[in-house]
Amino acid sequence: MFIINCPFCGKRDQSEFKAGGEAHIIRPKQPTELSDDEWAEYLFMRKNIKGVQFERWNHVHGCRKWFNIVRDTSNDEIKTVYKMGEDPPKL
Amino acid sequence: MKNKYSIFSLFKNAFSYHENWEKAWKDPEPKNEYDAVIVGGGGHGLATAYYLAKKHNMKNIAVVEKGWIGGGNTGRNTTIIRSNYLWDASAGLYDHALKIWEGLSQELNYNIMFSQRGVMNLAHNLQDVRDLKRRTHANRLNGIDAVYLSTEEVKKFCPIINTSQDIRYPVLGGTLQRRAGTARHDAVAWGYARGADEMGVDIIQNCEVKGIKRINDNIEGLETTKGFIKTKKIGVVTAGHSSVIANMAGLKLPLESKPLQALVSEPVKPIIDTVVMSNAVHAYVSQSDKGELVIGAGTDDYISYTQKGSHEIVEGTLKAILELYPIFSRMRMLRQWGGIVDICPDASPIISKTSIKGLYFNCGWGTGGFKATPGSGDLFAHTIANDEPHKLNAAFNINRFVSGDLVDEHGAAAVAH
Repeated sequence: MFIINCPFCGKRDQSEFKAGGEAHIIRPKQPTELSDDEWAEYLFMRKNIKGVQFERWNHVHGCRKWFNIVRDTSNDEIKTVYKMGEDPPKL
Repeated sequence: MKNKYSIFSLFKNAFSYHENWEKAWKDPEPKNEYDAVIVGGGGHGLATAYYLAKKHNMKNIAVVEKGWIGGGNTGRNTTIIRSNYLWDASAGLYDHALKIWEGLSQELNYNIMFSQRGVMNLAHNLQDVRDLKRRTHANRLNGIDAVYLSTEEVKKFCPIINTSQDIRYPVLGGTLQRRAGTARHDAVAWGYARGADEMGVDIIQNCEVKGIKRINDNIEGLETTKGFIKTKKIGVVTAGHSSVIANMAGLKLPLESKPLQALVSEPVKPIIDTVVMSNAVHAYVSQSDKGELVIGAGTDDYISYTQKGSHEIVEGTLKAILELYPIFSRMRMLRQWGGIVDICPDASPIISKTSIKGLYFNCGWGTGGFKATPGSGDLFAHTIANDEPHKLNAAFNINRFVSGDLVDEHGAAAVAH
């Protein structure tokens, strides 16, 4: 349970948001060329980091926009928030 | 050889005020080298070591645990045991475990308080009714006991349920597995630890794994807080922390770790003599032998290793509990906690070899691993000892995420994951 600073609406309770998992997983440009191993990597394999992780969130009970969060999963502390399409911040 | 627990040993020890009981397991320092090392001293890890020693004669093995044994999810679950899964592969896996549970107290000479009080799953909408009927048929085809109950039969089996049809999610029916039930979770870890220790397994507590040493694709050993341990075979059974260990070996797993919450009430006199689970409203409840209501809630949707979880998850579960059991409206909750569960995309576990020779993973049990503890240990021990899976866990290999041959129990099992 924590507060998320939505880049569009400001600080709101985490219960207003929906987590969208690991960020910056790039959809393959040539899906027809992909091997089964590469599909598995894209669809299923996750870093699932204990520590600082880049992830996507949606303000589902607010502005309904997607954005990115950098969060420490070992204590739920949010490092920074940035919009979709922006480069991930260097930490 | 350990002294056998019996009425006579209880009587004998009563004379010395129960102060001279033999230690159930030793507290050794790690040796330099083992034939195999199990990482994670929860129920599954200890069971794996027990069956490695017992059935595969691997006695020079160790279990390393970063905290104390049974201090993770083994001591944090709602102790429900059942095998009413939809798919053949899952039915085989979980019923194998249930059959071992039935004789486990005798086998371990340790009372794990296995109680076959039945598990009832409720249907709250028409799709639930169809799904539960389908699952009942699937279970029976697999030789697993299951009956479908009407609303009246649900009320008869558990009279405190509110079966009024004017509540938000009325009870339209349910299923019952009578062989299902609960067991004492701590006793399971302690019983397996005692059994494994007796056969010479070293159970090393307060020993955290810091790295996995390998040369090319061969395992060389483990870096731990108690020094380097040389071994050719490593079995990882670290539940929510499976990805952390996998990352040490340069592997990625299809897992996400999330907090799953449970809570218990103050102890009261016996009021509910079965386990009732409700998929649609996500609430399940049973009563412990101490008298506490044991209530299970759902997982949060975000990755976290905090062992906390969000308040609204508990609130949602308690709303459902109160509507289904109005008699609990003035109960006070004593404790709430979260455990970190590792969830696979298909909500089925992984009991498998990996691309690295000598490295094995038993993970992905998600929200329901406790019930499988004995079966999981037995099959994982088989996989480690033979470097090949047993036919019951062949479907639960890690390659299913490449081949697409998933065991999709998301919603297909008796409860949402």
